[in-house]
Amino acid sequence: MNSVILQIASKYIRAILLIFAVLALLRGHNQPGGGFIGGLLAGLSVVYTSLAFSATNIEQKLKIKPAHYIGIGLFIALISVLPGLWAVGTLFQGVWTTIPLPFGSVLKIGTPLLFDIGVFFTVIGVTLQFFFTLSNKE
Amino acid sequence: MEPYVLLLYLVVAFAMFLVPQKIKGVKPIIPALLHFGAFIYFITRIPAISKGTITKQSFAWIPELSLNIEFTLDGLSLIFALLITAIGALVFLYAKAYMKSYEGRSRFYFYLSVFSGAMLGLVLSTNLIQFFIFWELTSVLSFLLISFFNEKDSARRAAFQSLFITTFGGLSLLAGIILIDNIADSYNLSDWIAHAEQIKASKIYLPALLLILIGIFTKSAQFPFHFWLPGAMQAPTPVSAYLHSATMVKAGVFLLARLNPVLGGTDEWTHIIPVIGAITMLVGSYLSITQKDIKAILAYTTISALGLLVLLFGIDTNLSVKAAMVFLFVHAFYKASLFMIAGYIDKKTGTRDIDSLGGLARILPYGFGVAAIALLSMAGLPPLLGFIGKELIYEAKVQSPGLGFLVLIFGVVSNILMVTISLYFLFKVFMGKALTHIKRPKKIDLYYLAGPASLAFLSLALGLYPDFLSGLIEPAIEVIRVEIVQIKLKLWHGLNLVFLLSLLTVISGVLIFLLIYKKNKLLRGWRKLNDRIFYINFSDVFLSGIDRFVGYSGKNTKLIQHGYHRYYILTIILFTSLLLWLQIFITRDWQLDTKFTLQPFYISGLIGIMMLAAIYSAISRSRLNTIIAMGITGYGISLIYLYYSAVDLAITQIIVETLTIVIFVLVLQKLPKFATLSKKSTRLRDAAIALAFGGVMTILALKAIHVDFNLPISDFFIEKSYQEAFGKNVVNVILVDFRTLDTLGEITVLSVAAVGVYVLLKKKTKKL
Repeated sequence: MNSVILQIASKYIRAILLIFAVLALLRGHNQPGGGFIGGLLAGLSVVYTSLAFSATNIEQKLKIKPAHYIGIGLFIALISVLPGLWAVGTLFQGVWTTIPLPFGSVLKIGTPLLFDIGVFFTVIGVTLQFFFTLSNKE
Repeated sequence: MEPYVLLLYLVVAFAMFLVPQKIKGVKPIIPALLHFGAFIYFITRIPAISKGTITKQSFAWIPELSLNIEFTLDGLSLIFALLITAIGALVFLYAKAYMKSYEGRSRFYFYLSVFSGAMLGLVLSTNLIQFFIFWELTSVLSFLLISFFNEKDSARRAAFQSLFITTFGGLSLLAGIILIDNIADSYNLSDWIAHAEQIKASKIYLPALLLILIGIFTKSAQFPFHFWLPGAMQAPTPVSAYLHSATMVKAGVFLLARLNPVLGGTDEWTHIIPVIGAITMLVGSYLSITQKDIKAILAYTTISALGLLVLLFGIDTNLSVKAAMVFLFVHAFYKASLFMIAGYIDKKTGTRDIDSLGGLARILPYGFGVAAIALLSMAGLPPLLGFIGKELIYEAKVQSPGLGFLVLIFGVVSNILMVTISLYFLFKVFMGKALTHIKRPKKIDLYYLAGPASLAFLSLALGLYPDFLSGLIEPAIEVIRVEIVQIKLKLWHGLNLVFLLSLLTVISGVLIFLLIYKKNKLLRGWRKLNDRIFYINFSDVFLSGIDRFVGYSGKNTKLIQHGYHRYYILTIILFTSLLLWLQIFITRDWQLDTKFTLQPFYISGLIGIMMLAAIYSAISRSRLNTIIAMGITGYGISLIYLYYSAVDLAITQIIVETLTIVIFVLVLQKLPKFATLSKKSTRLRDAAIALAFGGVMTILALKAIHVDFNLPISDFFIEKSYQEAFGKNVVNVILVDFRTLDTLGEITVLSVAAVGVYVLLKKKTKKL
């Protein structure tokens, strides 16, 4: 496809999709969203750009290859189940901690979020891997 | 101590690969020293054992299943341990000379070390499962050893044959062990002995006994499983010497002795086992005479000896067990030394064909001396240990109950043949015209002869002073018979029936020997006759059976694994829907919820649109239109999710649907032009299957409303998700907190799928 409108629009849409992706990831624990949805959204942003330009072009421009995303994601997800072992003695047990922020608010952060981030990256990697493998014209 | 000895074996075996290049030549010395050390250790245990001290060690493994690691050193295992370590040390010394010129010696020494360790573990185990593990380990390692010259087709075939037969027996043995566990509720041998009466009285005694006996008979090469043993001579000669004398084939005999207190003494035991043993004994000695390869001759005499041992344990009297234990030593000594001599002759002359050998006494005088002693022991002539063994055996047979007379005749005939073959071997190989192309070696081949010489010396020394053995054998008989037996071994028993039988045996044996030695034509005729009678070779029958089995399985596999993806899917869907229909038909609970509302109107309308889209996707002739129509149904479903406030699901569904459509479109570009390939009947069939499946799913959905769950699991999650996981989004909490392991598994599966897609599409494979 060679549409100028699509190409220009894709820049903004990509940015919006990525912001949404991160938002979905971070708020997922309490509101609709989460690592899976976030990952799909982030993957979609790349897919969209690829449709506007060309898939091979975008694939070459990716700084991190899809397979590496998968690896990073699985690694983070695996790491996230370990603190439970150290803190409570059980694998997979969520561990939470609070970090005080300025202006009196607190940030609650725990290993489930880390795990979600792992899912996020894995899903990005898998989506892109599917997409680029299938879009490859040979 | 014993487990640590075994551990040492394992360590040394692996260390074989780490020995520096410079001192490779002395490599076999290390395991030889290990064996010798272990031998000394077991020697030091003799006084304690003969006083009746039995050392036991056990480690918990899976106590809930009564699986523990249990080692016991008693009279019986001590005898076998002594044989294994002593002959093992000699075999390694011999291998140093024999294996000198072969590649992959490190591998060979590794296998052999693990093999002897496994055999040692086997005789020391008293947990039957642990015993079985060691038992199978010896099978696998003997497979690796027999196929050591794996560039030879015959070696590979022989190795597979022995593996098939012994592991078949192994499985049967395992089944037998499990059956007995059902009665005794334990895998521990002492528990079995404690429950012996109960086991013998039980209904499953006979099946268990038969299963275990198949294991024993295959391992110890009893008729009709005997044919793998001659094939096993494809192994390097040190292995044959070890395998035939102290390990592997003796494992079956060992088990027979071990289980005697548990299963022995019944009518079944004293009838089945002696018959098989006697047949094997006769077959082995008869076939040995017409063999040409000297290793084959020795292999068949091993079969005969094993038959004899099994027969004696089957007769199951104090006397027969005593005879068996003595004969165990007799056979181990002469067979190990004869195999080593056979390998020595092979190396020096380049042939093992008995017809082309002759006059070696002048060329290899030391070898001749050793071989003569060993062969005379095999023939059972005084003053060698073999003579004492034979006398005891005759005594046991004369007094054996039941089948005594038949067994006696079999025994005498078999022994006559043994005398003949021993003498024939001795005279044919060492006497007569000398081979001209071989020169007398300048040095004594120390490594070749050390082993056989010391074993021959033992045959002679123990023949003259047999009472040394009494102290060893008494505790073993005590273990086997569970009663204290005093024995006295001596060379001269006086003039009695047994001696007369011995005399008869020797005279007839010598006569037959003279006949076939003087008149070569006679032996040739005999061989021809045997070829005609036994033209069906057991091992050929076995191999063709295996081939046919493989062919049959291949054909059937192709029927199921045809490789057409569409038919796999078809089969799965058809089968699933038929099963579900059947279940619905059986329960006949036609209570369906039909009171669904059409409110609000936009949801009903949405469903109408989705249905239309679905129908259109099935009948459309354009791929793009089909995909768009499928997209409509997908998005429609996500809207329904949204209506029932499953926001997470809805978002996921929308994104996945989008991605699917994009990817579908991408794939479309690669497909060939649309063409109607399916016939009308095919499409009708597909429609029928689709209807069947869709119908059943609809009915299930309508019925599902009526299914009452006692406690909706959602309550638990809604209640706990904020309390325990600090999250308000229940779906997400389940995914990342309550069910982390599942999610981890899912993303792993996703990753694997991605790799699979990549490999399928990107990797250029050769055309099949």
